[in-house]
Amino acid sequence: MNTFRPILTKLVPRIPLTTIGIAGLLMVLLVISMAIFADFLTPYDPTKSVGLSLQPPSLQYPFGTNKVGQDMWSRTVHGARTMLIVVALSTVISIVIGVPLGLISGYVGGLLDRVLTMVMDAIYAFPSLILAIAIAAALGPGIINTAISIAVVYVPTYFRMVRGQTLNVKSQLYVEAAVAIGAKQTSILLKYIFPNVIFVVIAVFTLSVADVVLTEAALSFFGLSVPAPTPDWGFDLRAGHPYLVSGYWWLVTFPGLMIIILAVGFTLLGESISEYLGLREVKV
Amino acid sequence: MTSLKVFIVARTIALIPTVLILVTLVFFIMRVLPGDPVIAIVGMKAPMERVIELKKELGLIDEKGDEIPLIIQYFNYLGRLVQGDLGKSLIWGKRPVIVEIMEHLPATIELAIVGFIVSIVIGIILGTLGASKGGKANSAVKIYSAIAYALFIPWIGMMFQLVFSVWLKILPVGGRIGVGLEPPTYTGLYIIDSLVSGRIDSLISSLRHITLPAVTLGLVISGVFSRVTRASVEEVLRQDFVVAARARGLSEYKIMLHVLKNSFIPILTMMGLQLALLMTGAVLTETTFSWPGMGTFLLERIQYRDYTTVQGTVVFFAIIVALMNLIVDICYAYIDPRIRY
Repeated sequence: MNTFRPILTKLVPRIPLTTIGIAGLLMVLLVISMAIFADFLTPYDPTKSVGLSLQPPSLQYPFGTNKVGQDMWSRTVHGARTMLIVVALSTVISIVIGVPLGLISGYVGGLLDRVLTMVMDAIYAFPSLILAIAIAAALGPGIINTAISIAVVYVPTYFRMVRGQTLNVKSQLYVEAAVAIGAKQTSILLKYIFPNVIFVVIAVFTLSVADVVLTEAALSFFGLSVPAPTPDWGFDLRAGHPYLVSGYWWLVTFPGLMIIILAVGFTLLGESISEYLGLREVKV
Repeated sequence: MTSLKVFIVARTIALIPTVLILVTLVFFIMRVLPGDPVIAIVGMKAPMERVIELKKELGLIDEKGDEIPLIIQYFNYLGRLVQGDLGKSLIWGKRPVIVEIMEHLPATIELAIVGFIVSIVIGIILGTLGASKGGKANSAVKIYSAIAYALFIPWIGMMFQLVFSVWLKILPVGGRIGVGLEPPTYTGLYIIDSLVSGRIDSLISSLRHITLPAVTLGLVISGVFSRVTRASVEEVLRQDFVVAARARGLSEYKIMLHVLKNSFIPILTMMGLQLALLMTGAVLTETTFSWPGMGTFLLERIQYRDYTTVQGTVVFFAIIVALMNLIVDICYAYIDPRIRY
């Protein structure tokens, strides 16, 4: 009857994570704590030149310094903030747009539903990174603009899942009953359907968040994300790349490793949670 | 008409709104979003004549200098697009965008094909190993399948460059072929062209250049194939004919060949689904290895604020991907008669 309860009772008390899930959780927690405690963990200002140019890793500069003499350890740790802020912002934007549209489209149906579905399907079929590149290039650099560029790509994913679930819930007996006793359309939508659809949002989030991380990293690697000198992993990867041929390995190794730790962490965590919830793999 | 033909016609017609929506989306993203592209291109202090000239080139004003309404601009653009005209580049030779795209397309196709082959080979080998060995090997393949896609392509590519190009010095760090070794053009794919023209030096050079990019791309995409192969092989291994084959004393190798043959349909399906992912991966791989394909081209033109070329290239990507999806769908319908419109 109510699809929300069993899943909520499954989800809320305690999710018994697999070993893989715990490994993923630890990786994600590592990055989150780096972001929170960045100021305590780093001795230098990540945006200022604090040493000689291109120094190899040492006790003074654990991850070395870059071309302009910035401390790579400070930049790598502070980079976690930039990444997590963009990931959080873009997720919020895609949810705020995708969920209501999916709800209304699924509930109202008719022409509106057909048009919206067609538009969303078209965006969904497009290679996501190229769309994000086009929007980011048009909007220009900045944290908000990057978040918008990424969000547009994931709106159709939330839309499709929410719409599908709305169609499911709409045909349930208790919704029919609500209609029969003369409940208002808005209250049916908000009180009867929305609470039973919302868990889909959690599902889409767990399965897509690693992809969001990779998209942010790609945009900033292309120089389309935050402007210099903001510490940002993808940006540092790009900035350090020309020096790689001369053997300055530390410029790209550490920021790139962080991208992979976060993306792999989210993937393993997502796998574990979705396996537990018995969710089928959705393309995100 | 046979039902397959009906399917093909219907599916092709259904493609039109999809492409139209994408073209419209890209058009309005490039026009309506904040920031004046004209100022962005020529700068604030540009002389008035230059601004007017550029506005004409962009189709923003007509010959008399009157502003063209956005909606008319849009239909003008669609009209030219139907004729295969993606506009002219704003920089250097001001060449037609479609010509420049065609120059860069073969490099991307070559990288995509070789990368795809690498990913299928890695995926099938790992998937089969995991399913047939079981135990720890199986878990390892499971984890690999999950995380392969999360391995950020530029970083993996750079680590390969560091080890194989900088430290071991056995493979080139980037580019598509050695200087002056380009084979005569037949297909634009260097490997095939050098084979056709019998240029061994070109063949070796292009193979050496494509190795690292193709392995990087292949590795990251291989996860989906190892996942589906593992699952599929595991299922087929449980079937009766495997037990019968073992009972008859067939070698494990021969049994595996039969099993693979029977687990191929899901793997084939997965191949079709990966084309969009392949395009995304190719863009990242190209920029990492200075591979002169569509991705490198697109990002270079973004930096030069060559808006018509950026718009044209993105639209081109949209059309290519839509066409590839169409071909894949038709192939499925051909293989499986149950799939009909």
